[in-house]
Amino acid sequence: MRLSKEIQALVGKEIRLELKQKYVINGILLYLVATIFVTYLAFESVITPETWNSLFWIILLFIAVNSISKSFIQENPARHIYYYTITSPQAVALSKIIYNLFLMAILSVLSFVFFVFLMGNQVVNIPLFLLALILGSLGLSSVLTMVAAIASRASYNFSLMAILSFPIVLPLLGALMTISRTALSGPDWSGMGVFIAILLIINLVVIILAYVLFPYLWKD
Amino acid sequence: MEDNNRQSPIFMIRGFWWKFLSGLLLLYAIIAGFIIEVPDTMIQETIRNLFYHVGMWFGMFTMLITGFVFSLLYLRNFDEQKDLVAVEAVNVGLVFGLLGIFTGMIWANFTWGAPWVNDPKLDGAAVGLFIYLAYMILRGSISDVYKRAKVSAVYNIFAFVLWIVFVLIIPRLAGESIHPGKDAAPVLPMHLAPSMRIIFYPAMIGWVLLGFWILEIRVRIRRIKWTIDD
Repeated sequence: MRLSKEIQALVGKEIRLELKQKYVINGILLYLVATIFVTYLAFESVITPETWNSLFWIILLFIAVNSISKSFIQENPARHIYYYTITSPQAVALSKIIYNLFLMAILSVLSFVFFVFLMGNQVVNIPLFLLALILGSLGLSSVLTMVAAIASRASYNFSLMAILSFPIVLPLLGALMTISRTALSGPDWSGMGVFIAILLIINLVVIILAYVLFPYLWKD
Repeated sequence: MEDNNRQSPIFMIRGFWWKFLSGLLLLYAIIAGFIIEVPDTMIQETIRNLFYHVGMWFGMFTMLITGFVFSLLYLRNFDEQKDLVAVEAVNVGLVFGLLGIFTGMIWANFTWGAPWVNDPKLDGAAVGLFIYLAYMILRGSISDVYKRAKVSAVYNIFAFVLWIVFVLIIPRLAGESIHPGKDAAPVLPMHLAPSMRIIFYPAMIGWVLLGFWILEIRVRIRRIKWTIDD
């Protein structure tokens, strides 16, 4: 299939680009470490499962916004015109989402490890928490990729990315925090099906919307 | 006739009758809403707020749906007139939303003891406001008219769908809401006393029509400005 070939090539391009410009990914990693360290200094003495949970997801949200906001401004606009002539816009959108999913999956696991290293482990049900991380990475990457595409068309600034994305990320974040709160409180999986379903529905809706709407953002 | 059709009505409704109807219904809702006997329930006389607070929600919802539909229409043939209706619908929807939150706060202060409580329904209303205020800021940050229309239409569609997911699905699946309207259809309280029903439904129609009336005026103002600027 043509689309999947294009997506493969474009994801490969994203990875090579990231490895070539290492300062970007290093910057994100430093941001991750520094944010968690500052949080550790500020919250070390008052950490409870409830605060642990809230802090972790808020930090992850900021890391996601920071790392995904570059998606459409990293490259020269002229090069976007070049991609436009050789691939379909849907392939570009999906490849960015897939690449950001990889990125977010790595970043969220790294944040989790570093967070546990500094703040101590509060997670009881690790498989459930990891599931939340994966679903969260997928949701954050798809919503934020779409918002990054919108924000990149405006006179770009970071606050625009934040104000556009925070309200629409909220349903996702709410469901994620509920799942991970359960993962923190015990090995129980009961009642989680609904939230996993909510997350899957949101992800599906966002990806369909991105697929349908992205061509309009792409063309000038 | 053809020209008139292009100039004034935004929707399929022709003539003025619906504006008079809106005025009459709202007059009826305001006068009768305050003088009828209401059933003596837990929340007592504050139940009268139903005619106004829920009306704001109806008004906002129809306006935001209108905005959504016109954004979709805009993306179909890139007609600026559609974008104009979309942005004004969102504007009117925002005003309804703010009034809805305001009337809700008065009501909540009496019934729950605080103007704002943490509740999935209230969060949904607040998130809706944030989304549409962000929409306005997005529009403000793009200077090119065509690009602005296109990008904001995309955001409007994207955000509206996610907001619907947030407001209509999540409180039902997940949250324990203290805000009424969970078991029945979102906004049609079937268990309402008959004496209130005969005011409630006309009032809702009145508010929705008022929304379209304001929308029509705002769109006409925009069109005049557009023509003058040209």
